[in-house]
Amino acid sequence: MLSLKKTALHEHHRRLGARLVDFAGWEMPIQYASQLDEHHAVRTHAGMFDVAHMVAVDLHGANVRAFLARLLANDVAKLKVPGKALYACLLREDGGVLDDLIAYYLDESWFRLVVNAGTADKDCAWFERHAPAFGVEVRRRNDLGILAVQGPQARALAAGELPAAAESLGAFHACRDGELFVGRTGYTGEDGYEIVAPHATLVRLWVTLQAKGVKPCGLGARDTLRLEAGMNLYGQDMDESVTPLESGLAWTVSMTDASRDFIGRAALEAQQKTPHRRQVGLLLEGRGVLRAHMAVRFASGQTGEITSGGFGPTLKRSIALARVPQTDEVACEVQIRNEWQPARVLKPPFVRNGKTLIPESTS
Amino acid sequence: MSNTPKELKFAKSHEWVRVEADGTVTIGITDHAQNALGDLVFVEVPKVGRKLAANDACAVVESVKAASDVYAPIAGEVIANNPALADAPETLNTDPYGAGWMWKMKPADAGELASLLDAAAYEKSVAESS
Repeated sequence: MLSLKKTALHEHHRRLGARLVDFAGWEMPIQYASQLDEHHAVRTHAGMFDVAHMVAVDLHGANVRAFLARLLANDVAKLKVPGKALYACLLREDGGVLDDLIAYYLDESWFRLVVNAGTADKDCAWFERHAPAFGVEVRRRNDLGILAVQGPQARALAAGELPAAAESLGAFHACRDGELFVGRTGYTGEDGYEIVAPHATLVRLWVTLQAKGVKPCGLGARDTLRLEAGMNLYGQDMDESVTPLESGLAWTVSMTDASRDFIGRAALEAQQKTPHRRQVGLLLEGRGVLRAHMAVRFASGQTGEITSGGFGPTLKRSIALARVPQTDEVACEVQIRNEWQPARVLKPPFVRNGKTLIPESTS
Repeated sequence: MSNTPKELKFAKSHEWVRVEADGTVTIGITDHAQNALGDLVFVEVPKVGRKLAANDACAVVESVKAASDVYAPIAGEVIANNPALADAPETLNTDPYGAGWMWKMKPADAGELASLLDAAAYEKSVAESS
């Protein structure tokens, strides 16, 4: 058996009694005690996640902006202020999603990308393949880990441990002090920081924040939080076989600059002109739990499939993201263990900043 | 550590069985099972009157992570089910052998109870499979 990679915090997870699982080749905590308690801590107070399996990739060179204008479906021209972040998809020529990532603009010769664990090798090979034409240097920063501190109290509890500029940081902006890099970003639908720093720095920060009452949270809670926040998980809600337009990510595709020939553009423009599947949110009307790969059907006879489903602990209802044909129908049914159960189409997110966004049923 | 009451009988598939004074049996899932499943968020119990064969997948417990079938440890007819679980599935986590009981049956053949494990044999079976 291949040995799993371990983050610098592995020993802390083990001592906290975490249940550890294989996630993209890393032995990561899925939960410490109750996954529900961890979820609620992030919605109501503050929680932290070791996400050092994700990878920071620094891109250096005079033409790094032009390089990203070619590689990303979102337009880095939107990044005008140093520290500003942009969520974007990396596409194949046929529009298939290679990865979703966050790009940070640091200066004209330095951008930082944060990419998914399972796709990092593939992404770096893709960057290396296109880098020579732009004279860009690709530096995979395995020396850095990532710690996400999330929740309404997260910034207040973490601020004293971070660069002074972190306190007044705007949403989707980052600041840094040497190798301590802090972005006001996240994957939970709550306020907070994602901190990229050398592994030893993050271990010290973890210990300090835990003493201040920030709850260690596992990947299980991270998944229910992101699902309620209506955020995609790469490899589950999208992959190379679908485009951003079919994955609820049309808002991240920038066609405004007609002269910007990004990889995948022609395929997306062609798809825009034809009927195509789209991503919707689903709310199960009754009891039960929606799960990935369950079938969805509409009265018109159209069918689709759930890509991510689960129980939303804040909503106390089951929700899902699904890929379905273009339709205006709001009512549908989902097949749960050979029975068709009524569900309702909704536009995600389902929860944001601790508040439920599901409208009361009009029926 | 998991709790395995000595007075109960067990199935390898992690159900417990309590034989009542009137010869009926009460069934639930073990402490080991609830702990392995994690926070439970949905429970479906068999309907009263349903006739079950041994090993029928007749109930479902769903945690935040996954759905799992619960099997009839012996054959019999369902004579009651626990109505409180629909609104409070977490009872299976907090009190698996008490308020978290799932259903009651009238055994088709009381002799079938002898095929179930005692507490020591169940603990051994759990240790071997982990």
